[in-house]
Amino acid sequence: MKHWLRRQRYLADFTLAALARRRVKNTGLIVIYSIIVFVLASAMMFSAALRHEAGTVLAKSPELIVQQLVMGRHEMIPGSEIEKLAGIRGVAAVKGRLWGYFYDSVNGANYTFMVPDDDSYDLQPGEAILGEGIGKARDFTWDTAPLFVTSLAGKMVKFTVRETFADDSALLTADLVLISEADFRSFFDLPPDVYTDIGVSIRNEREIGTIVQKAQLVMPNARFVTRSDIERTYQRLFDWREGLMTALAAAGVLAFAIFAAEKASGLSAEEAREIGILKAIGWDTGDVIAMKLWEGGLISFGAFLAGTVFAYIHVFSFQAGLFEPILKGWAVIYPDFALAPYIDGLQLATLFAITVIPYTAATLVPIWRAATADPDQVMR
Amino acid sequence: MSLRSAIASARPTTPAFIAIAVFSVGLGLAGLHAKLSEPAENLRLAANADLVERIGLTDLALFTEARYTRHPSMADLHTAFQDHPASFEHFPSGIFVPPPTGLASGTLSTSIEDLSQ
Repeated sequence: MKHWLRRQRYLADFTLAALARRRVKNTGLIVIYSIIVFVLASAMMFSAALRHEAGTVLAKSPELIVQQLVMGRHEMIPGSEIEKLAGIRGVAAVKGRLWGYFYDSVNGANYTFMVPDDDSYDLQPGEAILGEGIGKARDFTWDTAPLFVTSLAGKMVKFTVRETFADDSALLTADLVLISEADFRSFFDLPPDVYTDIGVSIRNEREIGTIVQKAQLVMPNARFVTRSDIERTYQRLFDWREGLMTALAAAGVLAFAIFAAEKASGLSAEEAREIGILKAIGWDTGDVIAMKLWEGGLISFGAFLAGTVFAYIHVFSFQAGLFEPILKGWAVIYPDFALAPYIDGLQLATLFAITVIPYTAATLVPIWRAATADPDQVMR
Repeated sequence: MSLRSAIASARPTTPAFIAIAVFSVGLGLAGLHAKLSEPAENLRLAANADLVERIGLTDLALFTEARYTRHPSMADLHTAFQDHPASFEHFPSGIFVPPPTGLASGTLSTSIEDLSQ
């Protein structure tokens, strides 16, 4: 065993000395490789953490939301529908919800105006609770500076800011403006008995399917969004194969594929000659392959470790700052959020499998061909 | 032996193995950090879940540029392809939102069998 280990160490020494002869090329290789792993690992960790975050917090979203559809588009729903839904057995509470968007022409940002479901907020007319992004977008000089907004009717409205949501909840509340129902209706010029949609609380979560079936009979034009639909939307959005993940990692994967293909396509004449000489002085095929395994293994494992560690620091210490411009798009408000550090073992194993194994295998194939050939033929 | 001469006479694998060991410890520390910050993060997530329940939130405020990326779960049925089910997206964040499921489930055919159905 000791003899075997010593032999492997000498092989690794020889490999590294050979790599050091082409120092610039190989350093560049390791750096690029690490960057590819870094981008892939950052995207993986970021989307896994977002998925975890969305899954945990949105588990408390309304059990069922009923939207009115007119010609396939979302419309305001009349308050009279509330009674129809309340009459269905198993429904605990039904409440009209008011929320909508406001484009602020001062800074080009979109705000979400909303009346909170819970009456305990007890917002008085003229009062507002703001998300952390609004003060920043408006350059508030102090936290509770009043918010002046111009309604579509051209009326200037002043809201006194009762409080601002903490940074801890930025991912949920960055662009929120919570106001009272009276303010909401007068600001958007809404008639008294219409709502954006209706939130339904259900006593037993297992009955949601049956209740939706019954409600569909009562309201054939409505669209029903259940809590599990909401969760599914976010799981898909941050899924490995779809949406966010693909968009962020596609470039990295493509670069890596070119990289590995280039490596697999063949040996340089110099490398082939080196193998020929090694075989001529008595190395056997196994030694040559073991040496190249060390080369592929050290480069890819080193790049995997470095890329993963830096990705963790990037995502969880620097809030995935490099992704911010991509995710922000044209939005003015982007939440300043920190994600719960989270490493998914299976994901790490997948990353290992798609980066380390193909590269090591790609270096082995041409070596196998050269190492099994006659030294005289290889050197020629 | 001075440090410099020690480094100069070291075998090539020594610095490589040290670097791998350092990054392995780094990865271990990252895992430990994730584990140790779990209780505090769970409290924060529970407080946020409570906020979701009290306000009645349905979506994350991650993409605020367009209404259907701000509230993907509440958006119209064709979203994020608002104007046409297969249209190109107007907004950069639209590229992160996958097309609706079942978009390509229909068939387009001019064969006699299909047309007679």
